[in-house]
Amino acid sequence: MFDASILRQAVVDAFKKLNPAALARNPVIFVTEVVALLVTVLFVRDLWTGASAFFTGQIAVWLWFTVLFANFAEAVAEGRGRAQANTLRQARTDTIAKKLYDQDRKELFQKVSAVELQVGDLVLVEAGDLIPGDGRIVEGIASVNEAAITGESAPVIRESGGDRSAVTGGTTVISDWLVVEITAAAGSSFLDRMISLVEGAERQKTPNEIALNVLLAGMTIIFLITVVTLAGLGRYSAADVPVPVLVALLVTLIPTTIGGLLSAIGIAGMDRLIRFNVLAMSGRAVEAAGDVDTLLLDKTGTITFGNRMASEILPVPGVSERQAAEGALLASLADETSEGRSIVTLVQEKYGLRAPAEAPVGARFIEFSATTRLSGVDIGDRRLRKGAVDAVLRFARDVSGGTVAHSAFAANVDRIARSGGTPLGLVESGQLLGVIHLKDVVKPDIKERFAELRRMGIRTVMVTGDNPVTAAAIASEAGVDDFIAEATPQDKLDYIRGAQTEGRLVAMCGDGTNDAPALAQADVGVAMQSGTQAAREAGNMVDLDSNPTKLIEVVGIGKQLLMTRGSLTTFSIANDVAKYFAIIPALFIAAIPQLGILNVMGLSTPQSAILSAVIFNALIIVALIPLALRGIPYRPRSAAMLLRRNLFIYGLGGLIVPFIGIKVIDLAVTAIGWA
Amino acid sequence: MTINGWLQIAVLFTAVVLAAVPLGAFMAKVYAGKRNVLTPFLAPVEKGFYALAGVDPAREQSWRSYALAMLMFNAAGFALLYAILRLQGVLPLNPQGFSGVAPDLAFNTAVSFVTNTNWQAYGGETTMSHFSQMAGLTVHNFLSAATGLALAMALVRGFARSKAPTVGNFWVDMTRSTLYILLPLALVTAVVLVALGVPQTLVASVGATTLEGAKQTIAIGPVASQVAIKQLGTNGGGFFNVNAAHPFENPTALTNFVEIWQMLVISVATVFAFGRLVGDNRQGRALIAVMGILLLAGVAITYAAEAAGTPMLHDAGLNLADGNMEGKEVRFGLALSALFAAVTTGLSCGAVNAMHASFTPIGGLVPMFLIQLGEILPGGVGSGLYGILIMAIIAVFVAGLMVGRTPEYLGKKIEAKEVKMAMLAVLILPTVILGFSAVAAVLPQALAGLSSAGPHGLSEILYAYSSATGNNGSAFAGLSANSVWYNTTLGFAMLLGRFAYIVPMLAIAGSLAAKTRLESSTGTFPTHGPLFIGLLVGVILILGGLQFFPALALGPIAEQVLMLAGKTF
Repeated sequence: MFDASILRQAVVDAFKKLNPAALARNPVIFVTEVVALLVTVLFVRDLWTGASAFFTGQIAVWLWFTVLFANFAEAVAEGRGRAQANTLRQARTDTIAKKLYDQDRKELFQKVSAVELQVGDLVLVEAGDLIPGDGRIVEGIASVNEAAITGESAPVIRESGGDRSAVTGGTTVISDWLVVEITAAAGSSFLDRMISLVEGAERQKTPNEIALNVLLAGMTIIFLITVVTLAGLGRYSAADVPVPVLVALLVTLIPTTIGGLLSAIGIAGMDRLIRFNVLAMSGRAVEAAGDVDTLLLDKTGTITFGNRMASEILPVPGVSERQAAEGALLASLADETSEGRSIVTLVQEKYGLRAPAEAPVGARFIEFSATTRLSGVDIGDRRLRKGAVDAVLRFARDVSGGTVAHSAFAANVDRIARSGGTPLGLVESGQLLGVIHLKDVVKPDIKERFAELRRMGIRTVMVTGDNPVTAAAIASEAGVDDFIAEATPQDKLDYIRGAQTEGRLVAMCGDGTNDAPALAQADVGVAMQSGTQAAREAGNMVDLDSNPTKLIEVVGIGKQLLMTRGSLTTFSIANDVAKYFAIIPALFIAAIPQLGILNVMGLSTPQSAILSAVIFNALIIVALIPLALRGIPYRPRSAAMLLRRNLFIYGLGGLIVPFIGIKVIDLAVTAIGWA
Repeated sequence: MTINGWLQIAVLFTAVVLAAVPLGAFMAKVYAGKRNVLTPFLAPVEKGFYALAGVDPAREQSWRSYALAMLMFNAAGFALLYAILRLQGVLPLNPQGFSGVAPDLAFNTAVSFVTNTNWQAYGGETTMSHFSQMAGLTVHNFLSAATGLALAMALVRGFARSKAPTVGNFWVDMTRSTLYILLPLALVTAVVLVALGVPQTLVASVGATTLEGAKQTIAIGPVASQVAIKQLGTNGGGFFNVNAAHPFENPTALTNFVEIWQMLVISVATVFAFGRLVGDNRQGRALIAVMGILLLAGVAITYAAEAAGTPMLHDAGLNLADGNMEGKEVRFGLALSALFAAVTTGLSCGAVNAMHASFTPIGGLVPMFLIQLGEILPGGVGSGLYGILIMAIIAVFVAGLMVGRTPEYLGKKIEAKEVKMAMLAVLILPTVILGFSAVAAVLPQALAGLSSAGPHGLSEILYAYSSATGNNGSAFAGLSANSVWYNTTLGFAMLLGRFAYIVPMLAIAGSLAAKTRLESSTGTFPTHGPLFIGLLVGVILILGGLQFFPALALGPIAEQVLMLAGKTF
């Protein structure tokens, strides 16, 4: 997780960040720097006047370390982002574009630098060319390698019209050619935005970060008042407190731990998302992901495997199951659709029949056509067909030339339809054989994941084009909380608006242009990288892998970011109790020796107590950098359980740890002879 | 400590809760404008007032207009009271013939009563005419309490509403608070007090001849009516200088019991009403639990400290079981004195039935610390509820992040605006208390008012500014507060403690009301269980403790350790 070169650079940056103008953004660390400077001045004065300056000098050194450690944390987080940006930047090397002046005369192009392209220009991209900028395909179909963006080397198909017409600058056309209309000017392309995002150049404080900063600034002011007024109260009690000691008290009380780590946590959160191949357009979106309590999930690909598969064969009375299975096998031998293949698999696995290695002699395969809605095979006078139920019945009637008894057949058809499946009729000449149950297969572990989400208070909503009956059946099998059947883009939009007025926060993913309004309306809209430009613009995140299932993980990453912030804040504030017990007795023990009973840690001398508290305060920042960057461990649980756990670890831990830490440092400081 | 003592404390808390539950339900109806038992009698009166004042009760206000109305009303109240006090020499009902009150004292007293503090830098029976007591001070005992209740309701509406531009109508809330809640309760309990022996008369004094034959003038007056509202409205300004320790203000153990009950009942009921108004009684109960735990801890520590007495008392050969009875009334005893002290400071009442300065240092630390925690245990009428809600907002914000969502309280997201305003509000207390105390601790004219040296003197200063800023009004006793320095600075401390807190609080109310109320789920931070109760207790203690620990270490804690070492002040 830590690269030596990143760490080296971070050390340098930590010093550069001492610039007060830059530090002013962080009130806690800024105050620390100001008082560090003050103590340094006092140290120099003491040296000048020949007073004993060793103690003041040490306080000054550790105060500077506190500031540097905080800077270092931020620099490490930024360094990791920068390393990624450099990789991306290599894809942005100057591209030569073939600019067209007339779409119909592709042989006439002018080679121009990609930077000179304007929005609306047409460019020709042929096999082996880099696509010069973000755009929309107006003509052609080609396979494109998008590894530069997604890291995935398998090429994807891009074509004009429809939902796959967007191309991204920096990706490579592998075969065929495209005519692309440029939609983003140089410097504001997707790749450019991605680079600035991972680099943190465009980083703005997120709403929650702002709120937390306000809290930290407020606490800083409170402790400033506590410490400053101590000058007056101490004088009354004949316990004048030297300025370096007051400063030490102030710095240990103000929340330097979380103040120092806050921006590192934010940067690392974005970074985790990017490593997960999801690009958040703003930190705000990452936070919103943590807040989401309703997930709109597309059925196909997320909840089900996407293809319907045969799950059982129901013979009519008088036909054995094996007979029907054999018929189904023969009728599907030449069927290369996934449904056909699934019938073959089912028959082999469930009934132990083997598909013949070669087609039976004299077999004539009938391919599916939209008019007959049947497919099958003729072997001699055996005419096997499978297909839509009404088409199968018509076929049977035509062959037998009379009525066909089908009450049992119809009953099975009904049952399958009611359970949400698709019935497929099976007939041999004039004789109905049975019904094949084609089923949307729900992914094996999805029900548990939804249950997990429910425990976290997140509702799942399945979006599908299926009819309500089918949708209801799949919804109950997958364990989603709600579904939208026969969903149109407008339905999705309406659903999201409805949920939002009920006070819910909604996340969805989508790829098509018609998804764009819903993506924009959702609190978190994850657009697929494979989707259209409109969808990508509307969403506030882009999934570079185009995998809708990841929506669930995105929520987890958002939550982890907020949890890390909250836990370290709690830890930071809880630490103050121990620091008080170190410093307060040390402050007043000279004037009121009996206050020594407050020295519960038994610290050796007042100087050592104060120094140990300051050292602990500085070192704890460094110690927590890995946690800030990695994020605290996150497992989906109910809020009550998460709170109990984190409050125990970071609240109670935050109370106890510094007692031990300060005592240990005190022993060390005394042993070395620093105080 | 004795079983008997604890039983008295337990019986009292039970009596409060038993009364507060139905009272809370009643209050919830009153503020929602729903029909209640008093509607048939009071609705016409209420309508009459609106007609008289030209107020349209259906027209609600944004938080800004609400705040403006409140500030204007209080400014006018202050001006009127100041005028009454200055002019009391020429005003009627002045049987003792008192002259007008000095400017600095009148300023201090007017601020004190307008802010529900009732800090008294004067002795009532030797300074105030009956007119000043009744038309001036008692009126504000009602109005300042009603203001607190109205403000609390504005904040409660902020939580209860969704996407609302308004937080209620200040005039309506004021009228209903006074008419439906404070007046009836004051009337009934005043009669009870009279029955139990508290005087209620317009006669100024009665003459008595002592056993030695000396003539003595004993001051009396309309005591019961003022005591009833000073307790109910958590005002605390006594008719007599020694307040509820005076045998006419608080003649028996039974009246003591009633008066403690009076202090608590409305504040506790307001929290129950809050639970009802936000549609989740558990939320109110959780806050009650937080208040109860901390208040009971305060009672226990004070009781234990007083029961333990001091090494000096033991050395003097006094009965160990008596504990420290200095400054306490024998008719109340240790338990009810400790209880009264903790309740009057946990609330922002400030009535006293014993001299807090005569408590052991730790016993005296508790009342002071309870004030410094923000007067939220359970706090003044209304102000206690909005105070603890501000603390809850901060607690939820800090810990709420730990469940991985933007913190929300009662379905409202807590964001930068709320945090900013909450921090502004909680900053007031340490700034004003510690700021003024630190100056007074080194200023000769301030130090001149101290009656003791050493840490006890520091406690006197700290207590005075805590009491003023927290709008408590109780005195540690010992400090000669009627000087220009103290009258002025304590006056400003009271003003800041009240109004500089209220305005950001109302801003929160407005901001919350405008937000969508989110539905809760298992992913929501639960704010009604033991975990949240523990969390809020912890946040209140840590935040308050961190602010005031150094000052307390130099004051009462130093005094205690020195006392154990045999040194007193």
